[in-house]
Amino acid sequence: MKKFITLFLLLILPLGVSASEGIELQEADIDLSDKVSLQRGAKHFVTYCLGCHSVKHIRYLRIALDMGVDEKKVLKDIAPEGAGIYDQMHSAMNAHDAEKWFGIQPPDLSLIARSRGADWLYSYLKGFYTDKSKILGTNNAVFPDVGMPNVLWQLQGGQKPLYKKVDGKQVIDKLVTEEPGTLSQAEFDRVVNDLVNFLVYVGEPVQLERQRMGKYVLFFILMFVGIAYLLKREYWRDIH
Amino acid sequence: MNNEGVDKSKRQFLTTALTVVGAVGTGYLAVPFLAQMQPSVKAMAAGAPVEVDISKMEPGQLLRVEWRGKPVWILNRTPEVLETLKTLDNELRDPLSQESIQPASSKNPARSIKPEIFVAVGLCTHLGCSPTFRPEIAPNDLGDKWKGGFFCPCHGSWFDLAGRVYRGVPAPTNLEIPPYRYITDTLIIIGEETTTGASA
Amino acid sequence: MAQYYAPKNFNFWYFFGSLALLVLVNQFVTGILLTMNYKPDAKLAFDSVEYIMRDVNWGWLVRYMHSTGASAFFIVVYLHMFRGLLYGSFKQPRELIWIFGMLLFVALMAEAFMGYLLPWGQMSYWGAQVIISLFSAIPVIGDELSLWVRGDYVVSDATLNRFFAFHVISVPLVLVLLVFLHIVALHEVGSNNPDGIEIKKNKDANGIPLDGIPFHPYYTVKDIVGVGVFMLFFATVIFYMPEMGGYFLEHANFIPADPMKTPEHIAPVWYFTPFYAILRAIPDKFAGVIGMGGAIVVMFLLPWLDRSEVKSIRYRGGIYKKALLLFVISFLGLGYLGTQPATPAATTVARIFTAIYFGFFLLMPLYTRWEKSKPLPTRLTDQPSLEDRIPALIETYHEITLVKQVTKEDGTTVLKRRPNPAGILNVITRLAKKLKKSLD
Repeated sequence: MKKFITLFLLLILPLGVSASEGIELQEADIDLSDKVSLQRGAKHFVTYCLGCHSVKHIRYLRIALDMGVDEKKVLKDIAPEGAGIYDQMHSAMNAHDAEKWFGIQPPDLSLIARSRGADWLYSYLKGFYTDKSKILGTNNAVFPDVGMPNVLWQLQGGQKPLYKKVDGKQVIDKLVTEEPGTLSQAEFDRVVNDLVNFLVYVGEPVQLERQRMGKYVLFFILMFVGIAYLLKREYWRDIH
Repeated sequence: MNNEGVDKSKRQFLTTALTVVGAVGTGYLAVPFLAQMQPSVKAMAAGAPVEVDISKMEPGQLLRVEWRGKPVWILNRTPEVLETLKTLDNELRDPLSQESIQPASSKNPARSIKPEIFVAVGLCTHLGCSPTFRPEIAPNDLGDKWKGGFFCPCHGSWFDLAGRVYRGVPAPTNLEIPPYRYITDTLIIIGEETTTGASA
Repeated sequence: MAQYYAPKNFNFWYFFGSLALLVLVNQFVTGILLTMNYKPDAKLAFDSVEYIMRDVNWGWLVRYMHSTGASAFFIVVYLHMFRGLLYGSFKQPRELIWIFGMLLFVALMAEAFMGYLLPWGQMSYWGAQVIISLFSAIPVIGDELSLWVRGDYVVSDATLNRFFAFHVISVPLVLVLLVFLHIVALHEVGSNNPDGIEIKKNKDANGIPLDGIPFHPYYTVKDIVGVGVFMLFFATVIFYMPEMGGYFLEHANFIPADPMKTPEHIAPVWYFTPFYAILRAIPDKFAGVIGMGGAIVVMFLLPWLDRSEVKSIRYRGGIYKKALLLFVISFLGLGYLGTQPATPAATTVARIFTAIYFGFFLLMPLYTRWEKSKPLPTRLTDQPSLEDRIPALIETYHEITLVKQVTKEDGTTVLKRRPNPAGILNVITRLAKKLKKSLD
């Protein structure tokens, strides 16, 4: 038995170790109750992302309701010109142009936070670095050879990678600022965090609501269990 | 099993309590289940107010637009038609629209905000068919009494060009007038009466 | 139900039958509601699910109840089947109940597999592609068969449409019929119990088993408590962790199906992973498919493989207990490995587990005949119930924790419980000794 357990542990051990590859992800600070951050994120998204990426599963109406902003204010401040309150966040770019420019159609980002996770998005958006060998002039440490340009470069500035050797291979250890952008590091981190916060919200707009609701549901079921248990105990007095 | 010393009233009380809590819980669960059959946000989006440009409408022309999936007619009535409407009262069931559905602004003999522009939901108040537009006077199939109006092919209801129902036909009330208002002289919005309410 | 006399000593393991029925009802109700808004069309399916999640009133709740219900169904059914292994519920005279139960399990797997295609995400698509390709391993007719199942050269709109038809009409009808037969067969012979002895052998003057109690009200009130506790877990998942860390709703399934691009790592949903791991462990396509199918078929044979003269694990010898423990470890191990990428090390472990899995069943006629069982009691025995164990649990809690004075930042001192390493070690050794003893 003991031998078996040792053998088992020996065999299972390498599974866990081999899993870590590539640059380590940085942690995003996700707080969906921070409505101001969500509003900033929505605004940033429309400014920097909506040109190419749609988020077709969210409506401006839903944003107004969930972020507690007046409908007209959403249309004025967040939505692009001419959008209606019931409209979904569609990108202005058509699919044909997109294929011509980028080789692929930029994906819809409605569910990107659910498939990739917040930390990945946060690290990805901060992970662009200068790479002259690429057509776009940039590469990404989290998503190598990505076809997307660094749309935030004016804010962030340029980054260059520092390498380390792992098992004889060169891998990126971390990125350092080469030339400063218009924002400080902390300000830029906040912009990216707001964007990711918004994307997490868009991935499942109902999540705050369901967590709020869950407390009451659980309390109610607990009450039900309590009474059911008392009834069971009362009836089972008969059984000896 | 031993049934001695059973506290029947306690059992009864707990059974009732559990039934009540269970019933309330089922009730709570039923609310979302039933509510999910209500119109979704998509349906509400499709039901959003519709803007119609009427600047290019000729006299006598009928425009059909869709609002909440229903046909809405916009008819530009000629002065002759408006004259004819005034002579029909005796043949109509509800000439003053006392029992019919319309916004207050259209509760007048011509059933419209501006007399010449008539807006109505193009569905018969009988069983929901869409009546046909028959502006001609006394055609062969409808007979001499026809002064121009809407004729419902499903069950033969007659309406005049103000959507008012004739006597002796199956439809009970006049055609429904949707809420609408003029944004400018030549632009109307259907589904909205006041400027404040964005949701309809 | 007041006429159905059940043994009075049902324990924790006997909750899962009624819970399976509850989950079935949940799947039916929420499934019907989903059908009202879902579109079985390759172009519309993915978006219609998101439409349900966002635009339909309460659609998210209905969808999560259905997706969580699918996983809950398998948890409950696996535990229900394990109960059968523990107390020999499959043994004569209950072979028919076991066979109907196994047919239910197969129908449930078919139902879950076809339902999983419907969201039309990447995992739905490629999972279906892989599993349907298994049919092509069958000699001669294989390729034709998988083509016929798909109705196209790859998984496509046609496949989605027919899977939808199967998922919402055909298989549910089969499930209902089998549940009916499963329960009728049970009522014919009566329930087994943790002691594995027949209560019908001891009857009073009226022909009522001495150790039996009417199912209603005694087990109805007991099962209602079980239902409540189950709902606590169920609601916790729905409201706080509907994805369950990517096991109930896989991350890659939030990307629409793309026939041009396979995700880097395909794993079926967790409840299929033990069988999937067996498939991967066998280095031959046809043999792998046979192995995977065999892993299920062999369970059907259980009533005839087991030659022990007693039913319950309480009176069996040590070999069965150890074999069952190994089986559980290998089943869980296979389940875990099925979710992981197939590295060479993982494949080796999976092969060992596969051997144990089949060994448990195929060697059963031998080891169950060898081992010496303990004498059976004539009447049901009294075991401490869950409630009776609470004082002991509280005592254990006190043993593994220490009360310490902690000074807070604002200077006040409070008493707090901290883990007590010595106590924990004590409890673990005690548990290990108990386990060792119980395995003899």
